[in-house]
Amino acid sequence: MSKIPLQFRHNGRDVAIFVDGGTNLLVALRELIGDMTPKFGCGQGGCGTCSVLIDGELHLSCLTLAETVAGRSIETLDGMKQGPNLHPLQRAFADNFAAQCGYCTPGMLMAAKALLDRNPSPSRADVIEAISGNICRCTGYEPIINAILAAAGGRASA
Amino acid sequence: MTRHRGRGMASINYPIGMNLGGDPSQALVHSNPSGKFTVALSSIDLGQGMKSVTRQICAETLGVPVEDVYVDTADSDTGPHCMGSFASRGTHRVGNAVMAAAREARGVMMEAAAEELEVNAADLETDGRGNIHVKGAPHRSISTKDVAIAAQFKQGKTISGRGIFLVPLSDVDPETGEMSPATCYAHACLVAEVEVDDETGEVAMVRMDSAYELGRALNPRLVEQQLVGGAWMGVSHALYETPEPYYPDPAHGPRDFVEYLMPGPGDICAHDIAVLERPAPDGPFGAKGPGEMCANPVLPAVANAIFNAVGVRIDDLPITPEKVLRAIKAQGGARPQARH
Repeated sequence: MSKIPLQFRHNGRDVAIFVDGGTNLLVALRELIGDMTPKFGCGQGGCGTCSVLIDGELHLSCLTLAETVAGRSIETLDGMKQGPNLHPLQRAFADNFAAQCGYCTPGMLMAAKALLDRNPSPSRADVIEAISGNICRCTGYEPIINAILAAAGGRASA
Repeated sequence: MTRHRGRGMASINYPIGMNLGGDPSQALVHSNPSGKFTVALSSIDLGQGMKSVTRQICAETLGVPVEDVYVDTADSDTGPHCMGSFASRGTHRVGNAVMAAAREARGVMMEAAAEELEVNAADLETDGRGNIHVKGAPHRSISTKDVAIAAQFKQGKTISGRGIFLVPLSDVDPETGEMSPATCYAHACLVAEVEVDDETGEVAMVRMDSAYELGRALNPRLVEQQLVGGAWMGVSHALYETPEPYYPDPAHGPRDFVEYLMPGPGDICAHDIAVLERPAPDGPFGAKGPGEMCANPVLPAVANAIFNAVGVRIDDLPITPEKVLRAIKAQGGARPQARH
């Protein structure tokens, strides 16, 4: 099978790769671009840890055909911090102990960023709705919800 | 359709670690030429915070800043033996081993400092900020970095220590067979409030209130995190997840996260936790371990709350809507019990 040339923006940088037909975006990001921040959890859209933003919208990269993102802009957790500075959401996750094993964290952060980008002052219900496609095994969600609300409130809540 | 509220409680008496003698963990502590310390463990931090807690224990015992301690974990090729991260044993067993190792290393460090300052080691104390000075004469001082350099390059000493914690074997009374199965117990009580829908059998968590007695909380935020997250796992075991819903028939078993159910962020409830600190006599700085006990009381409390709400006693986990509904039908309808 011939390879398909594919170009898109990855965290603000233009990338060009060759993919096999049927390759999903998660595999393209991890194995061809080398961005390991989107995690492989279930591979069928059930856990949310592979979440990325495509043109600002939240998507499950494991269910997205790589070739459908041609010319579009992909954001992953790898592009979240600015230089040495953590993104306010990352800082809030740390301050609120919103990670234990950390495997869900990339997906949670991307879901949270998608929310705050379109709704800077969400309610608690909005936050719950926004992360409802993401499974966390360790935290009981409460610290994650608190972290997102804290980041939205612009305060580094202790 | 009626939604019935019910409240149930459970108390637990939780032994820390494995029982009846043994259950060893080892730790090695050494100083680097920079005056920083490395703790070598083969114990694993799965995210609960054992690296943070053992780092605190080591720093406190050595008398140096926590920033000066690095904990290297999870390699059984390079770390000393550890039984593993389970049975809520990490803080207690590994913490005790780290404490013993740090104590030995501190002894060497103080001897090396004494040689540099030309005083008796018994007259020295650490200030917790990276310096060692003569008691009552803080100007007679040397930094741990300079002590490490002197030990390594001048005195030819390694500032290091070995530690192991081994639970003493419990003697068996030949007459009664009585023995002490564990040396350290933690305790908890949890009240769960649920709402049971008598038409669908669905159980919704309304709130939880709990009290945990777990020795000294060495890192209160990590303890809180463990208790909040662990209660969620308890709810999950009580109401949602099972690999074998029709045990022993493997048919219809879950194959993925869509079928293997767990509560999502919309299914959680408020949980008010009180932490009671009663230091354990044999724990590192009095710590026990909140590990697994955080999930345990939730299951019986939820089962009791369901009984209180609709009068059905389900003793088969998880308590799915199907089981609740069948039980309600079998007794001819919901029978709410008295509320206390």
